[in-house]
Amino acid sequence: MMDTLSPGFGDPVADSQACFRAVLDAMSRPGRVARVAGVVPPAPLGVAAAAVALCLFDHETPIWLDPRADACADWIGFHTGAPRVELDRASFALALSLPDFASLTAGTHESPEQSATIVLQVASIGTGSAFRLSGPGLRTPTVLRVTGLPDDFVARWDANRALFPRGIDLVLCADDRLTALPRGIRIEEG
Amino acid sequence: MKGYNFAYLDEQTKRMIRRALLKAVAIPGHQVPFGSREMPLPYGWGTGGIQITAAILGASDVLKVIDQGADDTTNAVSIRRFFARTANVATTTRTDEASVIQTRHRIPEKQLNEDQIIVYQVPQPEPLFRLESSRIETKRMHGLADYGLMHVKLYEDIARFGQISISYDYPVMVNGRYLMSPSPIPSFDNPKMHMMPALQLFGAGREKRIYAIPPWTEVRSLDFEDHPFRAINAPDPCGLCGATDSYLDEVVTDDKGGRLFVCSDTDHCAERRAQGHIGADGMRDAAE
Repeated sequence: MMDTLSPGFGDPVADSQACFRAVLDAMSRPGRVARVAGVVPPAPLGVAAAAVALCLFDHETPIWLDPRADACADWIGFHTGAPRVELDRASFALALSLPDFASLTAGTHESPEQSATIVLQVASIGTGSAFRLSGPGLRTPTVLRVTGLPDDFVARWDANRALFPRGIDLVLCADDRLTALPRGIRIEEG
Repeated sequence: MKGYNFAYLDEQTKRMIRRALLKAVAIPGHQVPFGSREMPLPYGWGTGGIQITAAILGASDVLKVIDQGADDTTNAVSIRRFFARTANVATTTRTDEASVIQTRHRIPEKQLNEDQIIVYQVPQPEPLFRLESSRIETKRMHGLADYGLMHVKLYEDIARFGQISISYDYPVMVNGRYLMSPSPIPSFDNPKMHMMPALQLFGAGREKRIYAIPPWTEVRSLDFEDHPFRAINAPDPCGLCGATDSYLDEVVTDDKGGRLFVCSDTDHCAERRAQGHIGADGMRDAAE
């Protein structure tokens, strides 16, 4: 048994900037896939999910951590300082399977930014079920392939999208790859 | 720079701004509050834009800063030097060489590309502030997408002056949902925001708001069917480069009524002159 935690970013300033630009790029151009690096993650997290956590979580962001990722709770706690809370109070949910959108806070009409973001680690990005994306950020519809989303994902996303400008944003991570689906994007079975 | 973090701001502040930026991109046109920091220059000098630039900038970025279109005025020179010193990034005056462009009150003439980010300095993010002074009230109006007040203002302009009397900071609807201030850019620049390939970020330091327009997003200047939006520009071509499609500044040249109209975008004008375009008042020697 290992008693020591693995380190966070090798170069905290440059690595978190690079990770942020990858997330910003993906959020601006939904479905665009970027690679991130700079961290040796503790199981069960992949590089991308761990990097996003280091990049965006801190003591100001209560997080919900998937119980199946308990093994990395100490690592997240030590490196980010983010308090662990129930799903309905979390700013970020770090999940290994998609939680029910309705169990997270979607913000209010006057302050839709007070909504939660799900960082979801999936099996793979670039292979698997095809989803057709359209909306702001995309000149023409694009196709995103993901393995690891639930079968009823499109219906659940439609319900989330109907709340706009309220709603949940989704960051998808698999190994060292990530992409994002902001709340306003239209998703169809591709 | 010794004694300071990369790009001046501490990492905690950058994370806070980065989270606000992601929300702003996810809700195009919506003003997201953020914990604006005190910067080593006063509010009104672009502290909102500087904080956004500091939060996004990386070592490999190439930064361009313009003030009213010009690379060589005080505000632009100061901010460019600020980031050259605190982040050691490469800087440029060439629009097509930059990866990040911070701007005060103009959009470059050259079309921006997919790999660029433009950061606007915003003095007043609330487009309704002259019509409704209460922030609580304007927030509610945004929540309900109730923008009747702005339409009435435009209608009253037409009734009184025969036209919409807004020449800069002309209000836009973003993605058909949020009324947004484009910052005090001339209305001439408004059409460039529509379906722009680059990501557009807006920072208001004093007012502590961040908002954004993702690439390829609909941005419509408010108007009426019988009074369509039209951009206003000086009637003359640029005196130095002869351009007829760029936004022009009027320069008083003497005390006898002399006027010179020149491109507000200095990079655009210099590039055209380098290509051999000479305006009516342009000196052939200076161009060569």
